[in-house]
Amino acid sequence: MITTALFFLFAGFAIACAVLMVYHKNPLYSAIALIGVFIALACIYMLLAAPFIAAVQVLVYAGAIMVLVIFVIMLLNLEEDRPLTRLRHLYLIGSILGLVLLVQTLFIFYAVKKSPQSAQEQADAGLTINIGRAMFTEYLLPVEIAGVLLLMAIVGAMVLSRRLKETRLEIIQKEKRQ
Amino acid sequence: MEPTLASYLALSGILFTIGTVGVIFKRNAIGMFMCIELMLNAVNITFVGFSRFYNDVTGQLFVFMVMSVAAAEAAIGLGIIIAFFRNRISVDVDDASILKN
Repeated sequence: MITTALFFLFAGFAIACAVLMVYHKNPLYSAIALIGVFIALACIYMLLAAPFIAAVQVLVYAGAIMVLVIFVIMLLNLEEDRPLTRLRHLYLIGSILGLVLLVQTLFIFYAVKKSPQSAQEQADAGLTINIGRAMFTEYLLPVEIAGVLLLMAIVGAMVLSRRLKETRLEIIQKEKRQ
Repeated sequence: MEPTLASYLALSGILFTIGTVGVIFKRNAIGMFMCIELMLNAVNITFVGFSRFYNDVTGQLFVFMVMSVAAAEAAIGLGIIIAFFRNRISVDVDDASILKN
């Protein structure tokens, strides 16, 4: 009973924050709403008996990634989102696509509900010890590949942020100074 | 009444829908980036939900992989956004039109 109440509380919080994120024009408010979604999802993972994933969710998503995003938003000093001027038909396409996806979700909801799956009695898959054991025995190769991927991302980010020639931002700043 | 697998899948589907619509409606690149993060998270709920209901650790390993891809995407994506801003003084995706025509 308490699980159901907590599920609806956190699910409602996550959906409300997600809608706020899309609705807000100011990117900073969007980012803060997205942090709300991530925290709510961490709570949902706790309900699903996955404490390790919940901790990683808070550390990696709400901690590392969102701090990076907010850092970039403040660095670039972004103004509010302009409304669509060109490509107005994108609103129509987006609405239709959203409706189709929602109908699909409802279909899946009822299809899965018809064949009720009760949760397994024991819930030890989410314990850190079991995840660590699987990670370094059965799934060692994917974990190594993930490590190489992160290394490639670091190198790629450094290559991207390197300066090749004078950029327009620097030209404008130079003109301002004179 | 415990929440069933269907309710977790429904939550995941709703969040994914909001993320998809957001990617199409948002104008600035950082907003689109955040919507993509939301979509990745929606998929993670499905993985953890199935992992719980079958008591199998594989789903949570997949979540781990998705998170490392998301971290790599954050580093590269924000690098691209900053490089774009340095050359265009905006992060509006409409201004990314070099390859047009």
